[in-house]
Amino acid sequence: MTPRQRLWFFAVAAAGLVACYLWAFTGLPGFGSYPGPYGQEILRVAVQQTNATGVVSAINFEYRGFDTVGEEFILFAAAAGMSVVLRKLREERETEPADEAESRTLPPGSGAVRVAALLMVGPTALLGWWLASHAQASPSGGFQGGVILASAFILIYLAGEFLSFRRLSPDALLDAVEAVGAGGFVAIGLAAIAMNLPYLYNYLPLGTVPGAVSSSGTIALISFFVGIEVAAAFVLIVGELLDQTLLRSA
Amino acid sequence: MISAGLMNALQVTVLVLVAAGATIVVRTRTRIRQVLALSVYGMLLAILFLVFQAPDVTLSELTVGAVALPIILLLAIAKVRKREQ
Repeated sequence: MTPRQRLWFFAVAAAGLVACYLWAFTGLPGFGSYPGPYGQEILRVAVQQTNATGVVSAINFEYRGFDTVGEEFILFAAAAGMSVVLRKLREERETEPADEAESRTLPPGSGAVRVAALLMVGPTALLGWWLASHAQASPSGGFQGGVILASAFILIYLAGEFLSFRRLSPDALLDAVEAVGAGGFVAIGLAAIAMNLPYLYNYLPLGTVPGAVSSSGTIALISFFVGIEVAAAFVLIVGELLDQTLLRSA
Repeated sequence: MISAGLMNALQVTVLVLVAAGATIVVRTRTRIRQVLALSVYGMLLAILFLVFQAPDVTLSELTVGAVALPIILLLAIAKVRKREQ
């Protein structure tokens, strides 16, 4: 096929795509209009039913909690897959972090980056913890909180403290936290079955004040477990990649 | 409260910015620069979700798109580069 023929072929296909696309546009509902009944219905009943003013969390961890279990295990499987792919291969050996070109002059680390990163560690960890533990009251949740919590660890690395980063996040601890997080979510659901209730049924007291920290029963608890699972998974993934820089092909 | 007209203008502006950001990411050829562009694009997407009243997605996109994904890509690039040497 000559380039000219290919161009004609593309032109015909593109014209067809544009025509179909525009045709499909004419059948779309108006911008911002929501035809389904479920959104309105959930907004009407969610706060009364769950005592969670963070309705997104109520949907994620209660109304469609079973889907969220699956989603959580996507991340779990991704972290596990990463660990398997980036394992120490037979021909690789781990080297001590040593200066291999002593004669080379290193550009000095940026003091501004170091200070800024270290200053951010505390507030970032606090923000992540707050988001993961206040899913019932705000548009946050375990996932967002967990990733921000993991960012706090990445900031320690950015401040040039690779060894502190590894010391604060030993693999055994990360593995355990990740397993407890993922398993905790499933266990909360199974506990409901043990009580002859549907899977992930909200069997904990919902509290009296909607949106209070102690409200919403299992929603807050599940969000907490998701938070630690996500934080551990992300720190594990970043740690695995950082460790790769210490591996040499023998 | 923000008036409806202002909100529409804001939404259109952010949509245009996101389209421009995506184009810049695709057109950037240097790997490191592309990652940095992607990070800024993640931030733009986060603003888009906020403007379209999805603060929960904003939080996810802000952390994953602007922080976690770029850092994973940078580390992967560092690894590949070392093997190339």
